[in-house]
Amino acid sequence: MASIADILAVHKDKEGPLLPILHDVQKAFGHVSEDAMREIAGALNLTRAEVYGVVSFYHDFRKEAEARPVLKLCRAEACKARGVEALVPIADNQNRVKVEAVYCLGLCAVGPSAMVGDTVYARLDDAKFKTLLEAM
Amino acid sequence: MTVRISDDAVAIACGADEVAAAFIAAGVAVERVSSWGMQYLEPLVDIDGVGYGPVSVDQVADIIDGKAPSLGRIADHPFIATQTRLTFARAGKTRPLSLDDYYASQGWLGLAKAHEMGAEATIDTVITSGLRGRGGAGFPAGIKWQTVARADGGQKYIVCNADEGDSATFADRMVMEGDPFMLIEGMAIAGFAVGADKGYVYIRSEYPHAIAKMEAAIRLSAHLVAPFVVEVRVGAGAYVCGEETSLLNSLEGKRGEVRAKPPLPALEGLFGKPTAVNNVLTLAALPWILTHGGEAYAAFGAGRSRGTMPIQIAGNVKHGGLYEVAFGITLGELVNDIGGGTASGRPVRCVQVGGPLGAYLPPAQFHLPLDYEAFAAADALVGHAGITVFDDTVDMAQMARFAMEFCAIESCGKCTPCRLGSTRGVETIDQIIAGKNVEANLALIADLSETMKFGSLCALGGFTPYPVMSAIKHFPEDFR
Repeated sequence: MASIADILAVHKDKEGPLLPILHDVQKAFGHVSEDAMREIAGALNLTRAEVYGVVSFYHDFRKEAEARPVLKLCRAEACKARGVEALVPIADNQNRVKVEAVYCLGLCAVGPSAMVGDTVYARLDDAKFKTLLEAM
Repeated sequence: MTVRISDDAVAIACGADEVAAAFIAAGVAVERVSSWGMQYLEPLVDIDGVGYGPVSVDQVADIIDGKAPSLGRIADHPFIATQTRLTFARAGKTRPLSLDDYYASQGWLGLAKAHEMGAEATIDTVITSGLRGRGGAGFPAGIKWQTVARADGGQKYIVCNADEGDSATFADRMVMEGDPFMLIEGMAIAGFAVGADKGYVYIRSEYPHAIAKMEAAIRLSAHLVAPFVVEVRVGAGAYVCGEETSLLNSLEGKRGEVRAKPPLPALEGLFGKPTAVNNVLTLAALPWILTHGGEAYAAFGAGRSRGTMPIQIAGNVKHGGLYEVAFGITLGELVNDIGGGTASGRPVRCVQVGGPLGAYLPPAQFHLPLDYEAFAAADALVGHAGITVFDDTVDMAQMARFAMEFCAIESCGKCTPCRLGSTRGVETIDQIIAGKNVEANLALIADLSETMKFGSLCALGGFTPYPVMSAIKHFPEDFR
């Protein structure tokens, strides 16, 4: 597994390297820890507050790791029009998978849609959604 | 027999990979191409121009044996044959990462033409074409470039805004996944025109397929656009970063907070340098415009909205997908004739045009032509031309509440009307839904909307009143 120092070495000389660094740290460790923020701040000559401000601004970065598998369910208008809200109770009635709202996956004519990691799912109905959650 | 199946995200989400694997397992060669854009038919299987769809794995054997019913020739399908595809001319026909396919379909001709005519003439061609920013604001692209070109300062940048966060929009995604070289060529043309040697494509993280295709295409074509260099940067789940100044802050590695304008990004943009920030579709239109000339592009369209618009028909619609056509087509034609009405078979109650910041329009407004000025006159937005169709089960008070809630979730927090107004808006609409002081609270929402509209720094707070007030105006019965 890459260390923070490895990740910093890859991106340090880019213009505006902070987001690429945070993406790689999030990917490698599942979250951006306080220690990671301190190390990144030191390397980029930023204050820890500046790095913390960026980490907390973006939905993609977590300050603590999520132990459960994560499914992103699109709850934007086009998926609402196609009935995603009826799937929400199914998500709420289980606790094994963390179901997060996402606002648009760009699959707006074939919703309701969801994403797990980089894998996308469309035309979800009750049965397909339950199967998907159970398979995770 | 060669079978062509799209590898775009919609096709994959609908099972295209499994269908392709079934053909390969049966000994049939499969070519993965871009999507035709008929998303309701995905996975669409194209065998020598004849279409089948939506195809499931258990139909593959019948298709191979010639026993399955076909859709006929795809190019003659009414959804395709009635379009004017300039930007999406290659859709469904080429392999996204094949330089051979791109060369064979007029690829790189626009860039060559730009180099031949020079930077100034390139900008003049774009001004002649009447091309306006496709991200939503509709600002004349050529004028923006003129400003960047004339700005002082050595380093200049092209920034491609691919943070396509509006619900019901996917045209940018389709360009990046289906025709990435076209976008790179467009960026190289823009870079040449304004004197920028570096371009960034800022892609939202919700688009992993687009990110992968663009990164691969940039590697494959680096020598063809040199000395211009393109780099992908990935967003991090913030809707507001689709706003150009917030996008620039994000690229610089900062919180995606909106900047006050002036200074314009054209003069002081990325890292304080002159920067042309353009939407994917704006840049993707350039190769065609340079190849065929500004007049040819301007020959399409209506009023001051020239050229074609890749319209995205989505939501509860029977025939959803990408429909590129000249400006001027009416909303009713798009929803009823092309879209075929709702997928549920129930009556259409309304459509939202232009994403989460666009107005809700009832069928009584379906005479409106798609045209920036005509929509503005009706208190509506063309935006990025996404259309979400709703049937008669929609509760418009809930949709108005969602508009405020979305603004509250996604507000960058810099300006008060957006940061606080959206949360107060949710609370006030909750009161209305609960039947408390309805008239007084509706008046309060109208007042709050005025404050947000005129007091917010960017379109997030400034345009959230459009869906809210249009829902109240056109569907008052849902609020009382």
